[in-house]
Amino acid sequence: MAAIIQTQGLTRRYGRQTAVEQLDLEVQEGEIFGFLGPNGAGKTTTILMLLGLTEPSAGSARVLGYDPVRDPLPIKRQVGYLPENVGFYDDLTGRENLRYIADLNGIPEPEATEKIESALRTVGLADEGDKLVGAYSRGMRQRLGIAELLVKDPRLLILDEPTLGLDPDGTNKMLDLIRDLNRSRGITVMLSSHLLDQVQRICHRVGIMIKGRLVALGTIEELARRKGADSGRPVLEEIYMRYFREA
Amino acid sequence: MWTICRKELADHFSSTRFLLLFCLIFMVALVAAYMAVENVHKALEGFPKSSHVFLMMFTTPGKFFSLVQFVAFFGPLLGIIMGFDAINRERHLRTLGKLLSQPIFRDAVINGKFLAGVITVTLVMVSLLLLLTGMGLVTLGVVPGWEEIARLAVYLIISIAYISFWLGLAILFSIVFRSLATSALASVALWIFFSFFMGFVADMAADTLRPVYNRRDVEQVVANDRLAHAFSLVSPVVLYGEATGPILDPFQRSAGSLLVITPMEAFSLERFRGPLPLDQSMFIVWPHIVLMMALTLICFGIGYVTFLRQEIRTV
Ligand SMILES: Nc1ncnc2c1ncn2[C@@H]1O[C@H](COP(=O)(O)OP(=O)(O)OP(=O)(O)O)[C@@H](O)[C@H]1O
Ligand SMILES: [Mg+2]
Repeated sequence: MAAIIQTQGLTRRYGRQTAVEQLDLEVQEGEIFGFLGPNGAGKTTTILMLLGLTEPSAGSARVLGYDPVRDPLPIKRQVGYLPENVGFYDDLTGRENLRYIADLNGIPEPEATEKIESALRTVGLADEGDKLVGAYSRGMRQRLGIAELLVKDPRLLILDEPTLGLDPDGTNKMLDLIRDLNRSRGITVMLSSHLLDQVQRICHRVGIMIKGRLVALGTIEELARRKGADSGRPVLEEIYMRYFREA
Repeated sequence: MWTICRKELADHFSSTRFLLLFCLIFMVALVAAYMAVENVHKALEGFPKSSHVFLMMFTTPGKFFSLVQFVAFFGPLLGIIMGFDAINRERHLRTLGKLLSQPIFRDAVINGKFLAGVITVTLVMVSLLLLLTGMGLVTLGVVPGWEEIARLAVYLIISIAYISFWLGLAILFSIVFRSLATSALASVALWIFFSFFMGFVADMAADTLRPVYNRRDVEQVVANDRLAHAFSLVSPVVLYGEATGPILDPFQRSAGSLLVITPMEAFSLERFRGPLPLDQSMFIVWPHIVLMMALTLICFGIGYVTFLRQEIRTV
């Protein structure tokens, strides 16, 4: 398996505060990687640096083999990024929002319509595509956000808190959708979250970040062994809390 | 960039506030033109038909103002309304991060928005001028000569540059200020300042730098007035007024006030009272035009650079 994301000593400072410190991270092609950490840990900052949307203060990153600082366009072409609290043009319909994304990605006509329709079907919004996004519920917006990523046929999805604000049923559907995209289309997924049991359900590997530092990286079993958690089924929550107390 | 430009154009033409302003401008322009035409008729009564009657429709004041003054005053509002929320609306809707994670260059966003604004302004101004020309043809019964048409074209270009300045300024504020209300207020405040208070400020600045101790000392008075004039040229409103004056009024020989006329000019003013050809009028105002374009570019340039270096996240 090849590394699809790779960072070396990636650091970002805001004034005197260090948001991300000396981050060495690898995400393998084909996996679902869970990026955990309390509020303000630096998850979003890391993601922005991976996409070339924020410049690192030190260190470097490679995404799909490209350097996000010098070469962001090929990365942006192949990576679908769902920001935390994604927004839409509320005065346009769901389909029109998707159409704009397709245009921005330079997808030509018969193909664009096809991709938009299939993306809407995948996330279950085919019937609501012509409603104004302003009238969408929170769950529908979140699914539309995923549809926007699918329009560009991504190799890698970076999802910043994709289940934020969803009800339990919506959360489950979202997680199933992510897992399904990973299994059936082979899309690599990196997602950040606070909800540990969800992460445990779908992620192959996790990284735990606290106060800008990556304190743990590996499969849940590996981390459990390292921390000597209770035997039986390892529970991410317990492992996480141990790291959290130590930090 | 074209994709963004196209979307912004569609946004402009479907937004209520733009349509309202558009209707307002057209209505006021029509009324003003109607009154101007009446006054032109009155002014021409008993005289042989002079040349450049057609242009008089634009420069003759009706009851309150001439069409040119009207554009000088309301044009900025058009630019401001299209620009004040260009970037911070995307922040507000939380679409900026998403937009910038698409495979486009970052500057395409701001270029596309500016371009869409300029195209809209051009469309508004062209349709306004065409409408008024048509109205002039019917009511005055005068067919404009080629030179008059050329002068109107120059006027059109200056006006577009002028409104683009305000557009650039409003976009700059939309980048600097996170709140929609703040950037709108800042633009409007500057608009009011340049429109109404620039004269006082220029006089005050000139009085402190080159005070006039003796009203009879011509040199002092001239120096003071020159300085005040130079200061007032910082205001695009003043620039615009002085640039369009000689273009639309072939009899006007100087862009500035009477005091800056050189003896040679004064002499020639005495000798012939005939209209200036277009190239001569152009010669008088081209520094103004260059200065105005420069102001527009500076404004846009500052916004451009700020935007490229700005953090994406709202703090
Ligand atoms: N533009 C900025 N200026 C100054 N400090 C910033 C800026 N952006 C982020 N920070 C700081 O960087 C740190 C990391 O923030 P970040 O948003 O990456 O955390 P996070 O892990 O995504 O948190 P959350 O789970 O709440 O989304 C925070 O302490 C934050 O205050
Ligand atoms: Mg975050």
